[in-house]
Amino acid sequence: MSALTETPTATRTAKRARSNNPAPKVAKESPLSRIGAMTVMLVFTLYFLIPIWWLFIAGTKSSAQFTSTNPLWFADFNLFANIGNLVAYRDGVFLKWMLNSALYAGAGALLATLFAGMAGYALAKYRFPGRELLFNIVLGGVLVPATALALPLFLIFSQVSLTNTFWAVFLPSLVSPFGVYLTRIFAAASVPDELIEAARLDGAGEVRTFFTVSVKLMFPALVTVFLFQFVAIWNNFFLPLIMLRDETLFPVTLGLYAWNSQVNQIPELRGYVLIGALLSIIPLIILFLLLQRFWRNGLGAGSVK
Amino acid sequence: MRITKRAATVALLTAATVALTGCSAAGGGTTGGDDAAACEPAEGKVDLTFTSWIPGIEDVVDVWNKANPDIQVAVQTGPNGNGGTYANFFNQLEAGNAPDLGQIEYDALPNFRVQDGLMNLASCDGVLDAKADFVDWTWGQVSFNEDDSVYAIPQDSGPMAMFYRADLFEANGIAIPTTWDEFATAAEQVRATGSYITNFSQSDINQFAGLVWQAGGTWFGNDGTDWNVDLTGDESIKVADYWQDLIDRDLVSTQPPWTTEWDNAYNTGAAWTWNSAAWGANSIASGAPDTAGKWAVAASPQWEAGDEASGNWGGSSTAVFTGSKHPYEAAQFALWLNSSSESLTMLNESANLYPAAKDGLDLPVLKEGVEFYGDQPIYDVFAKASGEVSSDFVWGPTMTQTYNDVSDGFKAAVSGNGTLAEALTTGQSATIKALQAQSIPVKE
Repeated sequence: MSALTETPTATRTAKRARSNNPAPKVAKESPLSRIGAMTVMLVFTLYFLIPIWWLFIAGTKSSAQFTSTNPLWFADFNLFANIGNLVAYRDGVFLKWMLNSALYAGAGALLATLFAGMAGYALAKYRFPGRELLFNIVLGGVLVPATALALPLFLIFSQVSLTNTFWAVFLPSLVSPFGVYLTRIFAAASVPDELIEAARLDGAGEVRTFFTVSVKLMFPALVTVFLFQFVAIWNNFFLPLIMLRDETLFPVTLGLYAWNSQVNQIPELRGYVLIGALLSIIPLIILFLLLQRFWRNGLGAGSVK
Repeated sequence: MRITKRAATVALLTAATVALTGCSAAGGGTTGGDDAAACEPAEGKVDLTFTSWIPGIEDVVDVWNKANPDIQVAVQTGPNGNGGTYANFFNQLEAGNAPDLGQIEYDALPNFRVQDGLMNLASCDGVLDAKADFVDWTWGQVSFNEDDSVYAIPQDSGPMAMFYRADLFEANGIAIPTTWDEFATAAEQVRATGSYITNFSQSDINQFAGLVWQAGGTWFGNDGTDWNVDLTGDESIKVADYWQDLIDRDLVSTQPPWTTEWDNAYNTGAAWTWNSAAWGANSIASGAPDTAGKWAVAASPQWEAGDEASGNWGGSSTAVFTGSKHPYEAAQFALWLNSSSESLTMLNESANLYPAAKDGLDLPVLKEGVEFYGDQPIYDVFAKASGEVSSDFVWGPTMTQTYNDVSDGFKAAVSGNGTLAEALTTGQSATIKALQAQSIPVKE
């Protein structure tokens, strides 16, 4: 271990020593390739950030200046006036949509993570007949796109008269086959059987062992599942589109889409769609910034040993 | 025109392959279709559901609900028709939980009728009598020009006229074109100044249909048993060749419509006219704010000097779906919604809807001068145009597919691959294939 860590340091020292030497072109990594790599990264960073920059700029403009000024630079700064108009439009229906999205995605991802974690843990740590079959069925679920399930779900929910309700979007959000897969792999690798054995010997029940010991060890995987599921539900569009009619139940994606579909006839909606889209990505950014610490820990945890 | 049951049955069977057992409550079709169902008022209080994507329509419905405590209407909403609401209607009809009423654009009505999704309201009290209250061609669209059929109540319309930059035409000494020949001449003169007379839209196929409509053509017909597809009729080809010529000579721009570039062309004076519908007035006002006060509206150019023909672009109706338990109350509500001046005024203010009701054309809000258009009372032009739209234009049952196929051809044509007329020929055969695929009887 120590030999491994020392080797690069040694090379680096040597490299530095040599680069002091007037003899040219000894460094392994030429500045050219470094510049090349940086350029590629810079181009891709711009590629990813420009649309967000454009959205931000568009959000700060009045509708009159939106078409007539440079799309990538500021005109008069109207961001707060725009937000104020959006929030006031139709008695604040946009805020209602944001709250709905937060509820569908927040509560849905939390419960989905819990269920996926429990299922993955059980599949990893308990031996019972049919375990592999069960796991393979769940794996099969990963392959079925959620969009393909929306219409069958609609017909099933119609039979029990649950369409156009909160539950129509919430219940399907609680299922995360990918989460089960991930937590199973992670539990198998990071929760030692000895530790569970020890907990059992100390008299802890299975449920208690799971919540006090295993959850802590699986935490990075659970955060990952939560983030994935949160983003998936937040961005989920097709299921709410098929299920919901009542505007007060819409998530923000569907609400903005509905407005955007009418921009041709009601042009003033365009401004609301733009500023709404800008506001709707803020919760995702905040969530990633808050949780990436756990996530990174998790990715690093296995690699050092 | 009659649309056979066979097509409807097959269409429903196709849909049923995705459905689960027991879900096809709407499949019986005993109450809808061509049989005018008994339409009797119900005893006691009635609750109706109504799906519409017009923002602010709740406020209009609230007015009705206050005045009619026994017929309470709940509004449901969603994206515009082709944006998902039509697909939802078909799903709901399949699952047996469609709303009582729904907003359907004229070009989508045949699709719903072929699939047995609409109730014939002709036997409902007052519905047939309302025919005289609506602009003739709008009634033709909802009745399919049959005497004993009313499958929806017309809501709004989009009679077409020409928006133009009055200041630029005057400053450059170019006469306002009144015929399409003059329009082509004016196009050359405008091009000489460096600008384009207009933008040819490669994706607004229903706008192009409006131009064919004005020329006296139609794209579909139904002789009682078979559909006739006629995208390549003489009038359609005449219109296509006319615009192809302007495109070939670089006299019109071909930017994708409804984009910022397109807005910007109007905002900077790079495009001078737009042949569009009444509801387009606000699109220009918001897309080209720097040009306020410089626009005016004139009647569309004509094919023959002295003609008075107009096309239509857009417009929708309020239909009652198969399976509604209260067609009588639903019809009363739909009539009120689309013909009372109170409702029409509110709909115009909240969503720029241009009425289909004759009295609606005289609403005070539609008589005023519009500031953006130099205080010209522009809706007078549209009211006149509304009366000049032919009742003979018929939409087909697979318009989404037709639009897509023709639009693909138009996009290729404006970039130099093929012509607009060829795009129509391709659209013609693709549409016939699509109808055959759905077992809708069609003449080859």
